[in-house]
Amino acid sequence: MSVVTCPDCENLFAELDRYIDSVKDNTGVLINVLHKAQEIFGYLSEEVQQHVSEKLNVPLSQVYGVVTFYNFFTMKPKGKHQIKVCLGTACYVKGADKIMERLQDELKVPMNQPTADGKFSIHAVRCLGACSMAPVVLIGEDDYYGRVTPDEVSKILDKYRRAE
Amino acid sequence: MSKPITVLVSIDSNSLLLGARHYKNYLASLVEKYNLGSIVDVLETGSFGDYGKGVLFLVLPENTVYSVKSEVDVEKIVLEHLLKGRIARELVVEDFSTEGPVEAKSTTIEERVVLRNAGSIDPRNIEEYIALNGYQGLAKAFRMEPRAVIEEIKKSGLRGRGGAGFPTGLKWEFTQKVDSPDKYVICNADEGEPGTFKDRLIMEGDPHSVIEGMVVAGYAVGASKGYIYIRGEYFESVASLRRAISQAYEYGLLGASILGTDFSFDLSVRLGAGAYVCGEETALIESIEGKSGRPRLKPPYPPVSGLYNKPTVVNNVETFACVPPIIDKGANWFKAIGTKSSAGTKVYSLCGNLVKRGIVEVPMGTTVADLVYKFGGGIPDGRAVKMVQTGGAAGTFIKPEELGAPLDFDSFKNSGASLGSGVILAIDETHCAVDVAKNLMEFFAHESCGKCSPCREGTHIIVHILNEFSKGRGTRELFDQLYDVADTMEDSSFCGLGQAVPVPLRSILDRFKDEFLAHVDTLQCPVGICKFDKKKKKR
Repeated sequence: MSVVTCPDCENLFAELDRYIDSVKDNTGVLINVLHKAQEIFGYLSEEVQQHVSEKLNVPLSQVYGVVTFYNFFTMKPKGKHQIKVCLGTACYVKGADKIMERLQDELKVPMNQPTADGKFSIHAVRCLGACSMAPVVLIGEDDYYGRVTPDEVSKILDKYRRAE
Repeated sequence: MSKPITVLVSIDSNSLLLGARHYKNYLASLVEKYNLGSIVDVLETGSFGDYGKGVLFLVLPENTVYSVKSEVDVEKIVLEHLLKGRIARELVVEDFSTEGPVEAKSTTIEERVVLRNAGSIDPRNIEEYIALNGYQGLAKAFRMEPRAVIEEIKKSGLRGRGGAGFPTGLKWEFTQKVDSPDKYVICNADEGEPGTFKDRLIMEGDPHSVIEGMVVAGYAVGASKGYIYIRGEYFESVASLRRAISQAYEYGLLGASILGTDFSFDLSVRLGAGAYVCGEETALIESIEGKSGRPRLKPPYPPVSGLYNKPTVVNNVETFACVPPIIDKGANWFKAIGTKSSAGTKVYSLCGNLVKRGIVEVPMGTTVADLVYKFGGGIPDGRAVKMVQTGGAAGTFIKPEELGAPLDFDSFKNSGASLGSGVILAIDETHCAVDVAKNLMEFFAHESCGKCSPCREGTHIIVHILNEFSKGRGTRELFDQLYDVADTMEDSSFCGLGQAVPVPLRSILDRFKDEFLAHVDTLQCPVGICKFDKKKKKR
């Protein structure tokens, strides 16, 4: 059994287990289970990976291999609001690099590192499939911003700063 | 019962960015407020194709297309059009054809096969799809022998829309011929090519066309299980497909004994997790099996040994969406569209420095110039086009004087412009060729899966050299070395990813050699994008 290290962990693991039990009999569900786990925990710690490995009876090495192979999975905690900046070619030629620069200036952190207050982290992604809206920024899972200009960056961030 | 007036709001991942859902909700609240609920239906539909003009509302029966950019615009449409029956002229999109969505005034007109329903039906309602001959192709297929279905697809000349252009009927025939109790049909919806967003709009605008195509494929090859492998980031598409699949089960179009026959077919969605290489079919299969998506050695090819080592058909979203109308209307109808080597239509994603960015479906053989100028509206801000990348990340860059090239499966051989996954990425004169190449190659370096050294190391060496150029440390020897690395990667990479990297690289090196060498000889970037190290500049 996994060692419980956070106050709410017990509930979170129980939620994950319910999902695993519902799909366990299907073959090849590891990736779907990891999607769910990351949705629940925010990131895939060693502890979570070990738990998935035991529950699915898949070697831990394979779980780790899959987690590190795919872009979407992360083993480090990210900011509460994950800011994804598309640097795909279509966004790049519309000035996505300038957006990226401005974001790092505004938040004073490099890519992939949460801000000191844990509210934000900035990530580069390659194509969000909304190229007609380039350059595109995605915050969280649903908040898309299209045709962003560097000067709009701080206004966009303010929305999330104020929401606290 | 349908109401006298219908307002269709174009909803997809791109229009959502412009606030489409908000405007739709606001419209619905106004309809409520003015007690128009009994005569006005507000429905969501798929993409109309063009985003240059804001969120689009189509009002029926007048067939008026409005462009909405604010709540005030929505109010105007309600007060003028819906309440008083007067067309709100200032918001009307003029060059929208009333016959069908997006018809540019040019020799080439848009012809919709794949997107036949997108933008005119509510994709969340299976009955609307059925009302427009949906699942007719499947019903007709069931009255044919599986072999005859394959013959029909072969005769139609349908080739894979994912990029490689392999004849679909042949792929199905290989799979059908293998004797195995378990076979699979997989839809490759792992659209990760930078610049491509056509599959997403097909899945969001008309999901049942993909499902119907897959069931037909299953019947033809004798498979009883299908998977749609889709990018985890495509939240809207995933929701759209899941909804459509559960409706198809409800209506007996999936599951056991479909349409009263003894054919059964199950379909489910599998999520990708952000790996470009998973678009390669064997890597995709590994990923569905729950493993890291590293490609397998070919042969054996998936039609012989694919998912769980069983015979498997893997086709692109757009390919499957072509299947139902081919069966319904016949191979000859499809063959009559397009060019000799490439039958049918192609959906293009128009992006980059274009006035009108969006998707458009035109017959095979349409020229790049038509796509850039007639459908894309040309380059904004009075700038000149410098290059156009055709086909996607692995496609070629061409120069303005080459834009007359017609695009089809043979165009790469004939003129050097690749069809690929149908990307038209225009790049204007303010961009530097070295910088564009560097950005693209960084993508490949990041997405190389690391299985084989030519690709793993090659992509990084290329990025390193391009970086030297952009820092003012490029040399003629390094320029030649880029070709050497490209040759090595093409000859010895394990899968299509590594073999394809040299294609865009060589095309940009060949065409912009002068600009690359200007970085060496004049010690500056002609466009002023690359920032050179100061030390070197003084010397």
